[in-house]
Order: sequence, then structure tokens, then C-alpha cells
Amino acid sequence: MTFTTQRREVRSGVGTSADRPDGIPKVKGNFAYSSDLSAHGALWGATLRSPHAHARITRLDIGPALRVPGVSAILTYDDVPGRKVFGLEEADQPVLADGEVRYWGEPIAVVAADDAEDARRALEAIVVEYDVLEPLVDPEEAARRDETFRTMTVRRGDPEARGEVVVEGYYDTGMQDQAPLGPEAGLAIPDGEGGVDLYVATQWSHVDHEQIVAALGVPPDRVRVHLSGIGGAFGAREDVSLQIHLCMLAMHTGRPVRMVYNRAESFVGHVHRHPSRMWYRHEATRDGTLVRVTARLLLDGGAYMSSSRAVMANAAYFAVGPYRCDSVEVHGVMTRTNNPPCGAMRGFGAVQSCFGYESQMDRLADALGMDPVELRLRNALAPGDHMPTTGQLIEGSLPTAEVIERLRAIPLPSGLDATHPLHLPGGTGLTTSPGDVVRGVGYAVGMKNLMFSEAFDDFTEVRIVLTPVGVEIHTAAAEVGQGLITVCQQIARSVLDMEHVAVIFDDTSQIGSAGSTSASRQTQMTGGAVLAATTELRDRILAEYGADRLDAQGVWREGELTVSVDELCQRGPAEHHVRFRHPPTARPDDNGQGDVHVDFAVAAHRAVVDVDPELGLVRVVRVDTVQDVGKVLNPRALVGQIEGGIMQGVGLAVMEELVLDGGRIRNANFTDYLLPTFADAPDVVAEFVEEPSHFGPFGAKGAGEPPTISSTPAVAAAIRAATGRPITRVPVHPDDIIGL
Amino acid sequence: MTVNGKAVSGSVEPRTLLVHFLREDLLLTGTHVGCESGYCGACTIHLDGVPTKSCMVLAAQADGCDVTTIEGLAKNGDLHPVQEGFWERHGLQCGFCTPGMIMSAAGILAENGSPTEAEIRHGLEGNLCRCTGYHNIVRAVEYAAAKMRGEEPAPPEWETDLV
Repeated sequence: MTFTTQRREVRSGVGTSADRPDGIPKVKGNFAYSSDLSAHGALWGATLRSPHAHARITRLDIGPALRVPGVSAILTYDDVPGRKVFGLEEADQPVLADGEVRYWGEPIAVVAADDAEDARRALEAIVVEYDVLEPLVDPEEAARRDETFRTMTVRRGDPEARGEVVVEGYYDTGMQDQAPLGPEAGLAIPDGEGGVDLYVATQWSHVDHEQIVAALGVPPDRVRVHLSGIGGAFGAREDVSLQIHLCMLAMHTGRPVRMVYNRAESFVGHVHRHPSRMWYRHEATRDGTLVRVTARLLLDGGAYMSSSRAVMANAAYFAVGPYRCDSVEVHGVMTRTNNPPCGAMRGFGAVQSCFGYESQMDRLADALGMDPVELRLRNALAPGDHMPTTGQLIEGSLPTAEVIERLRAIPLPSGLDATHPLHLPGGTGLTTSPGDVVRGVGYAVGMKNLMFSEAFDDFTEVRIVLTPVGVEIHTAAAEVGQGLITVCQQIARSVLDMEHVAVIFDDTSQIGSAGSTSASRQTQMTGGAVLAATTELRDRILAEYGADRLDAQGVWREGELTVSVDELCQRGPAEHHVRFRHPPTARPDDNGQGDVHVDFAVAAHRAVVDVDPELGLVRVVRVDTVQDVGKVLNPRALVGQIEGGIMQGVGLAVMEELVLDGGRIRNANFTDYLLPTFADAPDVVAEFVEEPSHFGPFGAKGAGEPPTISSTPAVAAAIRAATGRPITRVPVHPDDIIGL
Repeated sequence: MTVNGKAVSGSVEPRTLLVHFLREDLLLTGTHVGCESGYCGACTIHLDGVPTKSCMVLAAQADGCDVTTIEGLAKNGDLHPVQEGFWERHGLQCGFCTPGMIMSAAGILAENGSPTEAEIRHGLEGNLCRCTGYHNIVRAVEYAAAKMRGEEPAPPEWETDLV
């Protein structure tokens, strides 16, 4: 055997804009999303949903529907073989309605039929009679009646502390939808041995698996959940939607069953961002030092719990923002109503309170006659300080002042560009005359926890396998589009000095949980696990062979290749498996005190808006940001996360809201639920602060959520600056600008 | 009809949408269904050369037409410049909107080889993307336009501005 002794460097390691491995199939149209899956002889599933927000079911007759040609099965509550409820934090949501429906769109029955039209006809033939009940839809009323999922109080410092300058206000945020472009979809295939394989787009296959086996009443090894192609998520795929229904239908019929929600059904088929009503009082000295912050946060969880308790905690723990303050009292109330269930969405509670405290910081700056940026800098939280809410000592990095100062230094855009109607608030409707447009600039700063908190046992598993042609990374971590797959490859390349790295998404029977693709956690968790596993494997190999270097050709000692990669793969060690945890976090005490978080990130946003004050129209011209990312692992993927995240923040600021009427969603479609388009997209200038995290591969921090947190209040602040209106609610409507 | 250069035929219900015919009968699942109401553009194809939302057309209406889907855009194994641009300029994340976005962009470039940024944005207004924030899509189309003019595309911002 001849060995070449020429070393080659890896090209696409950490810090490069490495290509996405799924990019080519995605541009060619042959990447299989869950809605593209089918199997020979597959039936179509469909769901009968409640037309009422609250009702008792007095009659449910599937007889006529069973006689519809092509129908194979109709299943209701009685057909749920195991545990009849499911849920992320607590199983409180019936798999199918239990005799009462508690929100509009709640599933009552599921059907499997030869094709989608037969299934729809069968739904229409199911006879349901209701005793319609008065829905509880007002969160304030729910709070008065103690209909809550969680109430909590965070108390810190001297409750008697008083500032000379006091500002108070009420702030509201609307119910936003994640609206991933890919609808909920999946395919369940019975294995012929009493089990089932489910292929589904999910953020967390193992927690789906737990809920599925409980509902089916089967041992865990009977069900395997496979990740299929995911068309975006943003929190919408953390809860079970059609997973249990599909498995029940497949087990019942013994045939493969596929199900795809249409857009209207998708809007009721997943949880939403909690709407909020917040009251705040900020007290400060005359020089702008925060003395005390008091807040009451009321978030509506809707009909079932989902992740509402954790969202409440996040809203409360981040209720003051990245600011020092030694006297804090925050009351959080998460209500249970007959509104649509709410749960995870990018930002997870930190979004709502950020709108509250940043609106307050502007109000306080105004009362003090102080520049709002200076006020933020004066109180900026830094390592060595304590979290204003939980009292946790900030360790590692938290460059609050630096993100603010660097953001301020980014040049502002030039004045109104009236060269194209797209640049005017009225857009191509040509309603705005350039002479009437006023410009405003607003700043906001946001902070969020990274990874799971409050003593959750947060772990991820990774298995690394060396093969003669490259490295395999096995994981159950969901790639939802954010680019985790690329980051994992880059880390493995850098550690093992091997270019060819494949990420293989294992099903739930092949590897342990990777945890959820949420909470900005996968770069630090699964990325961290890849770093740990590849480093340990490399070190084992070097020790085994007394070598000093490993690369794609094999094992090296003092510049000589001593063992080829072929031989290494035969003799081993060539495989390494880790279960990787972040440092433990604590449960809070009764006053919400404790080291409940692992790591934090801050970001600052500056929005520039042009407003037509007569018509109440807004064009968001630019949103600039400086974000604390620890370390840039992939510049272009990071820019993509930031630009996309800002767009969702802009959406919440000026257009996105699910409108409810008696618990019913009035705009469950893209005609009336407005997503930002090309025409709405502001320019973005993004810069990064690289101060390494104490816990993260190469110092990296999760980066997915911060763009969506403070971009919303920055836009609101800019509209305030342009119009002089108070702007206490998002999304901002034309009425709020005109002052009707 | 002709789909991606091949004559195809099929028997459909009068109400069958073209997108469902393509996906279910021809198994061309690269054309995605995002909203079935003409808003999101994920189902955009070329109908006789014109970008068209295939959820807004009945299969029967396309009788005798020439249809190109995302699967038919690459020629002889080479990516179309727009496909290459989306790949090179990170014009995608989850990728669900990408086939429709590419078909719309290819339509713009077929009419105008040197679109301004505003023309690209205006031309793609009928396609929604929830992941990218759109800017990298504009850069992808600019890349493709340069390629199709035989020019070398400008280097991406992340190589000049960042890190």
C-alpha cells in the first residue's frame, strides 16, 4: 500500500459560508417534504373539526358517513386505544373531542378514505349535534375566574424602593401565527406486526413519539417516528397535530394513511403566539438609573396548555429586559379560555414582554428628557450583574452595551426614496403623495434565554461514524430550514479534518432524543454534541495509535501517514456516541429566584419607517441590527436567520394578527392574514458581536430568536417617533396612527 | 398536454386543479401547495412559458398546453442559472417556497435580462417566503441575471461586509 504524505486542508469548516447539503435537491424540486409523501395503496386522512368555540356534543353519529363509498375508517374519542389526552407539558388535550369542544376547530373525528374527496364527503356525512355554550374568550374575565394554566410572581429586592420619575402604561400584543409555508402533513405506514412508522414534519420527533405511544397504548418499540422534509416551523411543529390521528388510522385500517392540512386547517391545526395585555410601572432616578420595575403580564393560553407554562415563565423572567434593576416585581397570569390554544412561537414569551419594557423605556426617556439610547446604555446589563428578575449572576458573555453602541454607529439611510411607488407607504396603490411622508427612527433591545430552563433535563444525542468515504453524523435533531445540518457538518469537518460529512436523520428507534429544534438551542446543543463526539472520537483514535493527527487519509505521526482511513475503519475505533447535556439549571423558588437559565443572548434593533399620517400607512424602510452571537459559525446562514427573523418581527409590528370573534378565527387564510411580502421587506444591515459563550461550540450562541424579539418594538418606536402617537399595541393599525 | 417536454395525458375530474394533476397523477411533487388560494405562489409553474399559479388553473384548462415545472428547468443535468443563484446566494432555508420562487424568477428574467432590484421585488411580490426575509432571494435573482448575461456575478455581501 502506498501512502500519500500530502495533507489537505478542509475547505468548509467552522467560520466559512459552507453550502447547505440540502440546497441542490431543494432548488431542483426533489426534496421530499412531508406533504409529498405517499405509499402504494395509501388512504387519505381528514379531520372533522368543531364549528363552535365551546359546546357539548349531544349526538355524534358516524353511521351515515360509514356508508359513503370509499370510506375505510371513522374514529372518534371512543376509538382512542390508550391515553385519551396529549400535550407537551401536561396531557390535557383530548386526542379527539371528549364530549365537549373547547375551541373552534377542535378535532372531533378522523376519517380514512380512498381519496381526499371521499374523505371530505365522509366528514360532511358525520352527524353531530351540539348544545352550544357561552365561550370564555376574555382573558381578564378568565383571570378573575381563576381559569389559569400558571400564575407566578417574581419578586426581587426592596419592595419599598421608589424612583423620582415614574411612568406607567398598558401594552398589548396580538395573536401571531407562525405560518410556515409547508402545511402540516404526514404519512403513517403500518408495519404488519402491530406497529407503525410515521413520517412527519416535526420539531421534536421523540416527544411526538412519547405522546403517540401513550395514546395508542402500545410499547414504545411499536412506533417509529421519522423526520421528513420540513417546510418551516417557527414553533408551529413543536406540538402534536396530526401525528396521533395518522397512527390511529393506519393501525385501524392496516393500510398506509397520508394526511395534508390545507391552509385554513393549518391555521387551526397548530398553536399560536400568545396574545398579551401588559401593565408596567418603571421608576428611575433623575439621571435615568432604573430603581424599580413592576409589571403584570396577562397572556392567554387558549383552550389547552401546550407549552403555556414555559412561555409564561419566559415572559416573566425577561419582563425587565437586559437592564440592571434591583427592585422588581412581576406578576404573570396565563389564562385558560375558549380561544385557540397558544404555545411556542419564535421568541417564546420574550417577544411580548420586550414590546412592553421597550415601550416603557422610551416613555421613561421621554419623561426624563433623555435620549432613549443613552437611557438604555446607562442601565445595560453586563457580566457580573444579576438578572433583574431571577437574581441569577450573569456569567460568560452579555455584550448589551456593545450591541447598542455598535448599532448606533451604523449610518442611517438617506431620506425618502420616491423613485418607485414600492418605496412609499401606500405602495403600488399609489395612494401616498411623497410630500406627506414623515420619517421616524426607533431603537429597541431584547434579551432571551438560550436552551431549556427551569431544571428541565435538556439533552441531545449524537453518534459519529467514520467510514472510508467520510463521516456520518447521526441525530434526531430537526432541520427546519435554519441550517443546523450545515453547522453540524462544519463542526465535524473542523475537528476531524475531513471534508465529506453527511448528517443522517435517525428515527426514534435508532437514537435518543435531540430535544426540540426550538429555544435557539440546536447550535449549542446538537452542535455542541457534534463537537464533543468528534473530539472524543479523534482523541480515542490518536491515543489508540499513538498518533498526532487525523484527517481524511488516515492517522498521522510526525508527518507520516501511519494508518490509512480504510484500515482505521476496519480496526476502529471508528464510532462514538454521546448524550450531551448543558450545565444544569435550577427550579425557581416561590419568588421566582434562582439560576434558572443556562445562557443568554442580546440583540439591538433600529427601525426606520416612513409613515403616511393621513392614511395611517407605514413602510418599514430599514431595520438594522447588532446581535450577540458568540461566534459566527456560518456567516451567510446567520444572515439568513437574522433577515428572516426580522421579517417576522416586522410582521407582528405592522400586519400579522389572527383576528378572533367569539373564539373563532376570522382570517384563517393568506388573503386576510397578511404575511410580509417582497414589497414589505425592509433593508437590513446586520452586524455581529463575537464574545464567546461559556457554553457553545467554538463559543457560538443560538441565533434564531433574537432577531424576532426586539425588531417589533423598534418598529413601534419608529412609528411613535414619526407620528407622536402612543402606539401601545402591535400590530399597529392605520387607526392607531391616524388617532381614530 | 406537454409537461417538461414529454407528452402526457390523463383523465381527471372537471374540478381537478392543475397542481393536483401534476403532483398526484404525474408525481411531480416539486410543485408545492402552500395555500390553494393563489396567494403564496409555491405552486408556480410555466404555462406556455408564462409563470402561472397552478392552484388557480384547472387541469382541464391546461389541455394542449406546454407546462414546465421545477423538475423540467434544469437542462441536461445542468442547473438553470436561477437554480444556481438560489443555491449560491442562500436564497432558501426550508425551501418550500423555492420551486415556485424559482419559476417566477425565471419568468422575470425571460422578459427582462437586467431587472433592477425594485423590478425583481415587484415581479416576485406574488410569492411568499417565511424563512429568508427575501433579501437573499433578490441576490439569487441578480446572480442569475448576471450569469444569463454572460457576466461574472458580484461577490456576495457576506464575503465583503462580514466577519
